[in-house]
Amino acid sequence: MEVLIYLVPMALLLGLTGLAAFMWSLKNGQYDDVQGAAVRVLSDDDIRK
Amino acid sequence: MAETLDLSIYVTRQGDGTAHLDLAIEGIDCAACIDEIEGGLCRLPEILDARLNYTNHRLAVEWRDGAFSPTQVVEELGRLGYRAHPFRAKLVEEEETRRARWLLKCLAVAGFASMNIMLLAVSVWSGNVTDITPETRDFFHWLAALIALPAIAYAGQPFFQSAMSALRNGRTNMDVPIVIGILLALGVSVFETINSAEHTYFDSVVMLLFFLLCGRYLDQAMRRKTRAVAGNLASFRAEVAHRIADNGEIVLMPTAAVKTGDRVLVRPGERIAVDGIVLSGSSDVDESLVTGETAHRAVRADSQVYAGSMNHNGTLTVRVTAAGKGTLLDEVERLLENAAAAKSRYVQLADRVAKIYAPVVHTAAAVTALAWIATGASVHDALLTAIAVLIITCPCALALAVPVVQVVASGALFRAGVFLNAGDAFERLAKVDTIVFDKTGTLTLPTMSVTNAGDVAPGQLEAASRLALSSRHPLAAAVAQMAHDRRPYDAVTEEPGQGVRTIVDGMEMRLGSPAFCGAQDIAEQVASTDPMASVIAFSWGGERSVLLVRQALRPDAAAVVQNLREQGFDCRILSGDRPEAVAPIAAMLGIASWRGGCKPSDKIEALDALKAEGRRVLMVGDGLNDAPALAAAHVSLSPISAADLTQAHADAVFLGDRLKPVQDTIDIARRAHRLMRQNLGIALVYNLIAVPLAFLGFVTPLVAALAMSGSSTLVTLNALRARGRIAEPRSDAAQSHVVPVTQGA
Repeated sequence: MEVLIYLVPMALLLGLTGLAAFMWSLKNGQYDDVQGAAVRVLSDDDIRK
Repeated sequence: MAETLDLSIYVTRQGDGTAHLDLAIEGIDCAACIDEIEGGLCRLPEILDARLNYTNHRLAVEWRDGAFSPTQVVEELGRLGYRAHPFRAKLVEEEETRRARWLLKCLAVAGFASMNIMLLAVSVWSGNVTDITPETRDFFHWLAALIALPAIAYAGQPFFQSAMSALRNGRTNMDVPIVIGILLALGVSVFETINSAEHTYFDSVVMLLFFLLCGRYLDQAMRRKTRAVAGNLASFRAEVAHRIADNGEIVLMPTAAVKTGDRVLVRPGERIAVDGIVLSGSSDVDESLVTGETAHRAVRADSQVYAGSMNHNGTLTVRVTAAGKGTLLDEVERLLENAAAAKSRYVQLADRVAKIYAPVVHTAAAVTALAWIATGASVHDALLTAIAVLIITCPCALALAVPVVQVVASGALFRAGVFLNAGDAFERLAKVDTIVFDKTGTLTLPTMSVTNAGDVAPGQLEAASRLALSSRHPLAAAVAQMAHDRRPYDAVTEEPGQGVRTIVDGMEMRLGSPAFCGAQDIAEQVASTDPMASVIAFSWGGERSVLLVRQALRPDAAAVVQNLREQGFDCRILSGDRPEAVAPIAAMLGIASWRGGCKPSDKIEALDALKAEGRRVLMVGDGLNDAPALAAAHVSLSPISAADLTQAHADAVFLGDRLKPVQDTIDIARRAHRLMRQNLGIALVYNLIAVPLAFLGFVTPLVAALAMSGSSTLVTLNALRARGRIAEPRSDAAQSHVVPVTQGA
């Protein structure tokens, strides 16, 4: 069971990375316009000449 | 018009030479609008960035400062087919947004912590019944403590702060027992961890916090949404004024930028945007939005005029005053203060529950501890059981019971074309038994319309309404609504105070006063059929006809009022208009108890009398004179066309030409209130089952986790029923009827 000594902290680290990613996206304003984000994905302005 | 609107006060300049403007956009209804607006604006040279927020319909534009004026942005958007209104976020709204973000951060931390601790806890639970070694269990418990302590220190802040401020003011609220429960459970868990015990409650505490934060966040999200909508509506309605500069030049600017002492020009057919004293000119003004009185008042030099009045036939120069002493506004404001102070603070359902809840829970925990000690258990076991009682009773389901229903029900209201101003309005709306309507602008439409269209030859009517397009007179505007062909005639000349004329097919066409059109004889005859209506005459060659213009009832007013009365509501009318004008409306709607000629103070007296009878009154009104009554009533509604001050004091605002939203609002609020009580009932039943179990010592952390998440899910699912049957699509109410009252632009 010694494997737990590094497996569990690793799992925690992964979780913390997820939390950090969420905090970053929140700070980045990605939750300011959730409805807009849902419809913008359909627009194809990235292939505009 | 050649004149342009001066928007410079709305522009913010960053240090790096860019200018920034926020706009609220009307008419966004599909995803394609995003591309159209952003793409269209970015084609303008020197535009650095245009970003539309689809959620709250706001557009942020940045451009190189000095390249062009902000007005060009608004004009370009107009060309694209969208009305844009400059917008400045209110401080309250920014504060709400900041708080919502903070709660979301706390929620994220609590979510992360509860998931990871649950991972450890489930391992311990399954290990306890199999072969976990005490060393591994301790290791897991220490890890859980390591996650839980900082997570709770961070994510618990909203509760700690609220509980502290309540205690400092010598009160208690729902957060006090929550904080006590959290801290005790946390302390015991740490103690148990140090002593290598089998059970800790870290997972319960963090999960509890997570559910509580969900409730808080939903509550906050709803408040923020209503604020954003209210902010947009306010900017749609932002009015403009023609300010006369010192050098005599006339500048069109937003009313917000006009200062006391400025001189403002008001042309015929414009709404007066400021309170002031007439310096020169004379005219008739329609003050129906201010006093409810539909007869016009003559004003001349030194007369007082009020914002919201419609100027009819003469040009006025007005000096802007702040609310003067002894004026109507002064009285309205004084009454408002009194009404707001006298309004007994309504105690919300959840707060009332909280008041009983805290002592009951703490007594239960204390009794548990004493009972266990009395029956010979060790102090350690007794304390542990008492804390299990505290944790199991912590109001998870209770915290979600009300906010989730509020969020779902306000969504349902939104679809019915109603915007809530106050989150606690549901409970007050649900208890209403008497409905008091204002007449002008509430039961009737805020704009005039032609009532005898059927008596006039269709060709004449079409010609008259097309000619009316060229006039700025308010009566002509009512006639112009009837025009199918929206192109005005060429070469129309307006005779001030008389009417408009032009030559069509070689014959002179006139629209205006009966004398102007030579139709006094017909006018007298037609006017006798409806003495309350205003008369407007039309002549084309030898043909003459007379149109009657008056405020018409909202199309579904009769049906809605009848429906409400059948449901057992006592409907009444309190109007500021003359009794002769109120009587026919009351008769048409079948309302027996009505009063006309009410001053604002009379309305409050009438409401107080109803209150003294033990009735709960819903006041529906739009005029400035209704604002104190709206504040004094148990709960209040306003149509979107209402005066600004009035809207601010209404608990909810409804859109559109119909009265149906009033009924929808009551129905939805009643359903929501029923669900809130059901939810509280579910939470109570849960406690009735869980507390005895905890008292007897059967509640392990596993049972606590199952019970808490189970009851929270049940309450949330029940709340979703507040959505109700999806009513017939009402997208029309949500969009097309937002008629901005921007004048003169």
